[in-house]
Amino acid sequence: MKDSLSLLARIPAHPDSRCWFLAWDPSGTLLASCGGDRSIRIWGKEGDDWVCKSVLGEGHQRTIRKVAWSPCGSYLASASFDATTCIWKKSQDEFEVRLSLQSVTWSSPSHILTCPRGSQQNKCCSGLWDSAACSACRTALIAVWCIAGVVCSGADPSWKCICTLSGFHTRTIYDVAWCRLTGALATACGDDAIRIFEEEPLSNPQQPTFALTAHVPRAHSQDVNCVAWNPKEPGLLASCSDDGEMAFWKYQRPEVC
Amino acid sequence: RVPCAGEPGHGAGQSARDIIRTIRDPEKPNTLEELEVVTESCVEVHEIGEDEYLVIIRFTPTVPHCSLATLIGLCLRIKLQRCLPFKHKLEIYISEGAHSTEEDINKQINDKERVAAAMENPNLREIVEQCVTEPD
Repeated sequence: MKDSLSLLARIPAHPDSRCWFLAWDPSGTLLASCGGDRSIRIWGKEGDDWVCKSVLGEGHQRTIRKVAWSPCGSYLASASFDATTCIWKKSQDEFEVRLSLQSVTWSSPSHILTCPRGSQQNKCCSGLWDSAACSACRTALIAVWCIAGVVCSGADPSWKCICTLSGFHTRTIYDVAWCRLTGALATACGDDAIRIFEEEPLSNPQQPTFALTAHVPRAHSQDVNCVAWNPKEPGLLASCSDDGEMAFWKYQRPEVC
Repeated sequence: RVPCAGEPGHGAGQSARDIIRTIRDPEKPNTLEELEVVTESCVEVHEIGEDEYLVIIRFTPTVPHCSLATLIGLCLRIKLQRCLPFKHKLEIYISEGAHSTEEDINKQINDKERVAAAMENPNLREIVEQCVTEPD
């Protein structure tokens, strides 16, 4: 288990502040970070180094809590404690604010924007994205406003808890991320650690068991707020912390003896 | 359990006590210590790593107003975060039985996101600064 998660780089992404969230773009070549310094930074690789390609600083008056890419990768949404969401459009290496909305976040599987909990105005904003064609994004922005709560479609699925992982984390778990390429599950914890779990190969899918396959106790010097798997490169994990730093890790499933 | 002199955590506990006793009440012209909102025994310290301590504070608000309790909780957190001279994790609770909605209040005052958002509210921030700033 030692060395199954190794540090590739550590970057002071939001110095003197806290880094709240990270999001990879769909191509896996850009990483957006956001934080308490009210800015979003876009990071890309140049050779072996991660460099800041853009700073999006003029969109919000308070902490930026989360960012999310549109499925086509041309737009970025940011949500802030200033109670607004900005939609940024990417053209080449620049981003500009296209829209500023109240109380909206992405819901990526269905490409619909929905309200977060506690929306003061009881309004819900829906935008439909066509992931197949970039040009459709521009025209399809913000289709419907409706009153009274969150838009739901279809019957509520019912969920059943099939496995609980307890005894591993010593403080609040701030984020979990499931890698679509490898099935590995990463956690970001308030004890400054990053942990990786994998389903035991022979476990019953109805009652799976998970093993801890990596544990870095001092991944950051303060709480880890977010972990994000790169969507194209298996084993590439990004993390960020209250200490304002971002780190990149290489995960390799440990060999079974 | 309060560590005794010589035990690890004793200095840490004492630092925490010294930091919180001079915090002013948001409404009254007294310190939290004078009003017995905090006492010697309300600080609990556990060593959780090398030179790192978990500090737990249990305070008793003077009146059962939710907003005042959460405000005091906020002041405690902000001052300790700023002034504790060692690496720490912080938990702040209303002492058991001190409030009817203590579970809700405890959740709020330990919610990192809520605390951060509250400190970006200029009115709240002003009140907190006045409560935690040491007089010259």
